[in-house]
Amino acid sequence: MVLNDLLEIKERERKARKGTVLRCCVAAGCLSANSQAVKDGLDKAVKEKGLEGQVEVRGVGCMGLCCQGPLVQEDPAETLYVKVNPEDAPAIVDALGKNPAPGLPTTDPHAPFFKKQMPVVLENCGRIDPERIESYIAEDGYLALHDVILEMTPKEVVENVVKSGLRGRGGAGYPTGLKWATVAKTVGERKFVICNADEGDPGAFMDRSVLESDPHRVLEGMAVAAYAVGASQGYIYVRAEYPLAISRLQAAIRQAKQYGLLGGGIFESPFNFNVEIRIGAGAFVCGEETALMSSVEGKRGSPRPRPPFPAESGLWGNPTLINNVETYANVPVIIRKGAEWFSAIGTEKSKGTKVFALAGKIRNTGLIEVPMGVPLREIVEEMGGGVPDGSEVKAVQTGGPSGGCIPAAALDIPVDYESLAKVGSIMGSGGMIVMDEDTNMVDVARFFMEFCMDESCGKCVPCRTGTVQMHQLLDKIIQKRGAAEDLERLEELCDVVKNTSLCGLGQTAPNPVLSTLRFFRHEYLELLKQRETGAQPPA
Amino acid sequence: MHPYVAKIKKKMPAAAQFPPSGDKRYKILETAMKRHQHKPDALIEVLHTAQELFGYLENDLLLYVAHCLKLPPSRVFGVATFYHFFNLKPKGKHTCVICMGTACYVKGADKLLASIEQVAGIKAGETTADGEVSLLTARCIGACGIAPAVVFDNAVTARVLPATAVERVKGWMQHGS
Amino acid sequence: MAAKTLTIDGRLVGAHENQTVLEAASEAGIKIPTLCHLDGIADAGACRLCLVEVAGSPRLHPACVLKVAEGMEIKTQSERLRKYRRLLLELLFAERNHVCAVCVANGHCELQDLAMDLGMDHVRYQYRFQPFAVDVTHRLFGLDHNRCVLCTRCVRVCSEVEGAHTWDMEGRGAKARVITDLKQPWGEADSCTSCGKCVHGCPTGALFFQGSTVGEMERDRTRLEFIVTAREKKQWIA
Ligand SMILES: Cc1cc2nc3c(=O)[nH]c(=O)nc-3n(C[C@H](O)[C@H](O)[C@H](O)COP(=O)(O)O)c2cc1C
Ligand code: SF4
Ligand code: SF4
Ligand code: FES
Ligand code: FES
Repeated sequence: MVLNDLLEIKERERKARKGTVLRCCVAAGCLSANSQAVKDGLDKAVKEKGLEGQVEVRGVGCMGLCCQGPLVQEDPAETLYVKVNPEDAPAIVDALGKNPAPGLPTTDPHAPFFKKQMPVVLENCGRIDPERIESYIAEDGYLALHDVILEMTPKEVVENVVKSGLRGRGGAGYPTGLKWATVAKTVGERKFVICNADEGDPGAFMDRSVLESDPHRVLEGMAVAAYAVGASQGYIYVRAEYPLAISRLQAAIRQAKQYGLLGGGIFESPFNFNVEIRIGAGAFVCGEETALMSSVEGKRGSPRPRPPFPAESGLWGNPTLINNVETYANVPVIIRKGAEWFSAIGTEKSKGTKVFALAGKIRNTGLIEVPMGVPLREIVEEMGGGVPDGSEVKAVQTGGPSGGCIPAAALDIPVDYESLAKVGSIMGSGGMIVMDEDTNMVDVARFFMEFCMDESCGKCVPCRTGTVQMHQLLDKIIQKRGAAEDLERLEELCDVVKNTSLCGLGQTAPNPVLSTLRFFRHEYLELLKQRETGAQPPA
Repeated sequence: MHPYVAKIKKKMPAAAQFPPSGDKRYKILETAMKRHQHKPDALIEVLHTAQELFGYLENDLLLYVAHCLKLPPSRVFGVATFYHFFNLKPKGKHTCVICMGTACYVKGADKLLASIEQVAGIKAGETTADGEVSLLTARCIGACGIAPAVVFDNAVTARVLPATAVERVKGWMQHGS
Repeated sequence: MAAKTLTIDGRLVGAHENQTVLEAASEAGIKIPTLCHLDGIADAGACRLCLVEVAGSPRLHPACVLKVAEGMEIKTQSERLRKYRRLLLELLFAERNHVCAVCVANGHCELQDLAMDLGMDHVRYQYRFQPFAVDVTHRLFGLDHNRCVLCTRCVRVCSEVEGAHTWDMEGRGAKARVITDLKQPWGEADSCTSCGKCVHGCPTGALFFQGSTVGEMERDRTRLEFIVTAREKKQWIA
């Protein structure tokens, strides 16, 4: 494969495009609402009406508005059908090019939910066919990889990423360019790049959607990274709960190899890069980088103390670059459109966009991508459409079990790393759960504590035993058996677990408690007040 | 030969083999291990394959894997019990996995779970005595947009109400008796 | 090997570049509390008792795995560190059943010593322990999970020094337990060579010699050191 081959595929693919395209979402959310049958029905209807020459039915990845699935969109008319039944297929095909089929529910593709988005990572999501590499190439896929290998030195690539201001999307927001530079300059016989697709936050599905909808983008990002840091082997660590993402990745790797875009001598250069998939087995802690590497090595997923950091000593003791799915997915655009273009998006310290999985007590749930710095209120009220059933927003939870609950009063903060940290939460990987007035915040804290307790690897004392004790205290308080000293003890435990735990899981496990104590302390006090005398447990 | 494998062989009738040669599943497992060149770091992949083939990981199977990958049995046992995905006991004929991720939780997954626990008479993680139904919980199956989600026998189902879930599980249980 | 100079509790201390802060401190006669550390085997950084303050770093660092660096300033004692250490011990005592009065290791237990040194004299947390059966199937040794602090010293000693890897951990989180082979009774674990190194390595009364009665169980760590030095340096210093 050389540049001309790539451009030829692109041309061919674009020419072969038919006048009308029916995009049918076949990502996880819609699949669970039977969208495969919808797609089959559309295929059949098109065939029966003899329209194969003019109409393409394309299975695509997530279109964002998952709560209304299955979704079908007609191009170029832009009609967006929601909650489509397989029986509706003939009517949709009949109406092609005319007004929307009568009687079928549609939604406005220019509604704020769509209009306020800024697709960068998701630019192809819901547009291309994730199971065909040609569909990705038609959107300039693998062009960045070509330019990087043939026209840039590894050092220039790293500088580009530094200049873009990209920060890790896996939670901590560490500057990506800096990390690449460290791995690049560490000497080692072998180096590795790892893509963290463990997505353990129990309220998040961004990485899953990217992998299911545009898998090549992640592979391309990884290949660019490998070239920049001098690695020739990559691993994608995907959680076992995502079978569709795994099978699409497998297909993508196979196709890329066939085209010579992965494997030996990419673009007929001396650069080699192979990617292997490693499947997780149900352990949240394996999202932590050292635990993940231990798992890739076939061991128990217990974290180890850092330093040394993976960049110096990672997989089998070799320098290793580990980044999140969304981080890699940003890389091809940064190369294609330039670091300046990228760094013009977002705020001063948080560049680019962020994908969020909007869920919970909100009208529009699904996947959104917004520039960094948009006010949280805009996301919740305008894009999300607010809370249904006349209730009000009470809090927005970000960052999952490591994050916090942002109270309604703080909804005007801009969404960027620093502002979220200021209100005691974190950007996290992108889970955003809206809670309404009916939500009991102490219960939310207990929910996350139970999660951390179950997911603790058990290696270090504070996390293993502290989460159990905190969970028990929260339980006691919720059951109205708590006393004032229980609250003190809870705070004391938060302090010790946060400051002495070995890895991020334990260090952040107290966050949901701390943040609910900070903004919703009255709910705790209320429960203490309601303590039923007489039903007192022995001390 | 690991002393443990030697012992198992000794306990078997003279004609029997370890692994049982008639069992095709061991062949498939062996092929999978060969693909990984019997490297110890493939342990988790190999356990995935083993569980797919056998449904669950019993001690002899773990031992066989340990032997083939040249790993100490305790290490294999430690890995198999670290990850939630691996079962060391057989699962029921049907499985019902309730997503307990944050989005599903705030939309009432706890009530869903409680109602199923009640009708099935088992707790999460258990299997009914007749071996028909296993009730499991998951830490987010990534379908938060359609919460609360339940996986009935591998099919993700959106916005499940307690009544519907109870109906499904009851159906399985009656079918079995 | 390049030498490094660092300050520990205000004293200038010299060390080799590959040494840990714990090693440097202990050579200088500065005592840092430890529980999961055992001379001669790899460190896990699990018990968190050896946490120290490092000037310029917002985090606390485990001395047992922290490598020395030139000009490093370490504080091993502070009100904050003492408080955390006490709380960690309290959490450990609440986790399982550590009734010293009836323990074979009474008076020879690292956990007990630490509690005395750090002034941890009562537990305010809810006791969590569910009683475990004591495994006395091994001809020479016994295992009492009720006294185990999950430090994994037995696992590491058995794997690294004896090479048998009889021990490992089962499960995770609060459900973690030490196991032998496929979790069969110790006496049936075929890989065990009955060398007794794990018993010598255990900090508490969890692993013991059969026939010891209350307060009688003494261990001989010098035996482990002897073997490790012999292995690594080819020096047999009895
Ligand atoms: C308990 C825990 C869970 C984590 N889970 C994830 C995860 O699911 N996905 C992820 O990308 N990073 C996760 N991280 C962060 C990773 O350790 C690591 O920082 C990240 O993959 C680095 O990539 P980035 O720089 O691109 O963000 C987790 C960290 C901790 C402590
Ligand atoms: S903080 Fe928790 S998850 Fe992390 S090492 Fe300690 S016990 Fe394991
Ligand atoms: S048995 Fe002893 S050495 Fe082993 S983990 Fe328990 S306390 Fe540590
Ligand atoms: S899964 Fe179809 S719109 Fe998200
Ligand atoms: S001795 Fe350092 S963490 Fe246990």
